[in-house]
Amino acid sequence: MEISVTRRQGRFLVDARIRGATSGVTALYGQSGAGKTSVVNMVAGLVRPDAGRIAVNGLCLFDTEKGIDLPPEQRRIGYVFQDGRLLPHLSVKANLIYGMRLIPERDRFVSFDSVVELLGIQHLLHRRPANLSGGEKQRVAIGRALLTSPAMLLMDEPLASLDVSRKDEVLPFIMRLSDEFAIPILYVSHAMEEILNLADRLVVMEAGKVLASGEMAELLSRSELRTYFSGDGVGSVIQTTVEEPKDRFGLTRLRFGDRLLWVAPVSASKGAGVRVRISARHVAIALTLPEKTSFQNVFFGPIEQVVDLDAVFVDIRLDIGCSLWARITRKSYQELDLRPGKLVYALVKRVSIAIRGATSS
Amino acid sequence: MTFFQLSDVEIEALRLSLWVSGWSVAASLPLGVLAAWILARLTFPGKNLLDGLVHLPLVLPPVVTGYLLLVLLGRNGFVGDFLYTYLGIVLAFNWKGAVLAAAVMSFPLLVRAVRLSLESVDRGLEAAARTLGAGPARVFFTVTLPLTVPGIITGGILAFARSLGEFGATITFVSNIRGQTQTLPLALYTLTQVPDGETGAMRLCLLSVFIAMVALVCSEVLARRFAARLRR
Repeated sequence: MEISVTRRQGRFLVDARIRGATSGVTALYGQSGAGKTSVVNMVAGLVRPDAGRIAVNGLCLFDTEKGIDLPPEQRRIGYVFQDGRLLPHLSVKANLIYGMRLIPERDRFVSFDSVVELLGIQHLLHRRPANLSGGEKQRVAIGRALLTSPAMLLMDEPLASLDVSRKDEVLPFIMRLSDEFAIPILYVSHAMEEILNLADRLVVMEAGKVLASGEMAELLSRSELRTYFSGDGVGSVIQTTVEEPKDRFGLTRLRFGDRLLWVAPVSASKGAGVRVRISARHVAIALTLPEKTSFQNVFFGPIEQVVDLDAVFVDIRLDIGCSLWARITRKSYQELDLRPGKLVYALVKRVSIAIRGATSS
Repeated sequence: MTFFQLSDVEIEALRLSLWVSGWSVAASLPLGVLAAWILARLTFPGKNLLDGLVHLPLVLPPVVTGYLLLVLLGRNGFVGDFLYTYLGIVLAFNWKGAVLAAAVMSFPLLVRAVRLSLESVDRGLEAAARTLGAGPARVFFTVTLPLTVPGIITGGILAFARSLGEFGATITFVSNIRGQTQTLPLALYTLTQVPDGETGAMRLCLLSVFIAMVALVCSEVLARRFAARLRR
């Protein structure tokens, strides 16, 4: 995926350069008005850039120098809109196959049954969009886009119009999408929580420009970007593999590098990839290995970086084979005499599972 | 019950009226949708002129419209001469001319209703259909048009009713020929001009009211049914 576009909209200038991998989820993050939707619309062909080049999977969709500008219907880009945009005069089933029927049979690699099953919308097929709930609508919208067997899937804040419980209803489906169908996803959101759960790579946009882009874990550990990941977003994302799905205490044992991590049971088979997230607020620091403690996950490593957050809290990045963030009070920071390079123990209180291709129990 | 017994003249007028109005709507519908689409969706120099031209019959005295039609499309008219010489079509003084007069007069009403409906169609839905692989023409016929149906029904019924009531342009363009161009209003007018015509005139008057009511109720019911279909 290669996106390099400029477009002036009144006084607002979008000037974005994004390089993405050919698989996985790339999150496009930024506050509202950062130009995220403009970029996505340009990729879909709904908005024309003033200049630039857009290529997906080696297919050039737009190039001002070569004079290429494919219309949206020829781009093979699936688009899930924030507001669903199901066709109100058609049944759910007719909505789903609207795009599928227009694709030659030999080009279809997503089957109707698999999508209906994955999204759990079998019972909705004969209903009309108007009496679906918000979450159901979005699932149908995702299915509709998937069934065009797209080269890439654009998702523009697909969860933004849903309340919390509806979000939880749709999020697991999106998590499984890119694994099950091997379609790269460009996921637009201003909610860090969603991105931490979903994305492999992150592109941060501000005022029409790309501020930073790269691997999720790498970006999260860059201090200049920390203001963007404020609140619950401050934390670490660690890619692990399942070493023991269920030990004799019923816990799941995960491995990353040469370290082990025990978490609440995850229904994944041995060797499966599991992504975990550890909020900085759930990591405590100790100078000596605490004896007789209920902490299961304790790691030893040097302090790599210290970020002064405000007068009360300090964020600390440890190297435990990967980056681990801890948020402690300034009081503790001074009393423990912490500084970069010092070796400390990190006590992890809580681990969230951001599963990809597995379900949590 | 002899009051309700329609005379031959009246039956002829009724049948001709329905025939002429039906053809008027059928003929102007595709063109009306096209004009509405152009006015709703395109911007081009001279758009105001087209808008004005479409609405002209609404503001001109019908007799003027009829006279213009006669001058243009009569046997000796500029266009009429061409139509007769090359296509053998004669519009003046027959039912086809009556259809044309009714269509021209009702055209603005049709276009207005369809345009209003078109403008309320969510462009986002059309964009979504494009991303699903549908070209502009397919989007028009599978998304835009179905969502415009309520407006097309309203516009069609309005145009039908307007065609039924058309008088001035018709009598000027194609005259008042029994069985050829004598529609309901023309027959009614004729009856008021002869002695002992009051009963017939009253019958036609009540008949007109009845047809107009049926048309309005039909339009309301159909439009509501289509709106409900989108919600169900």
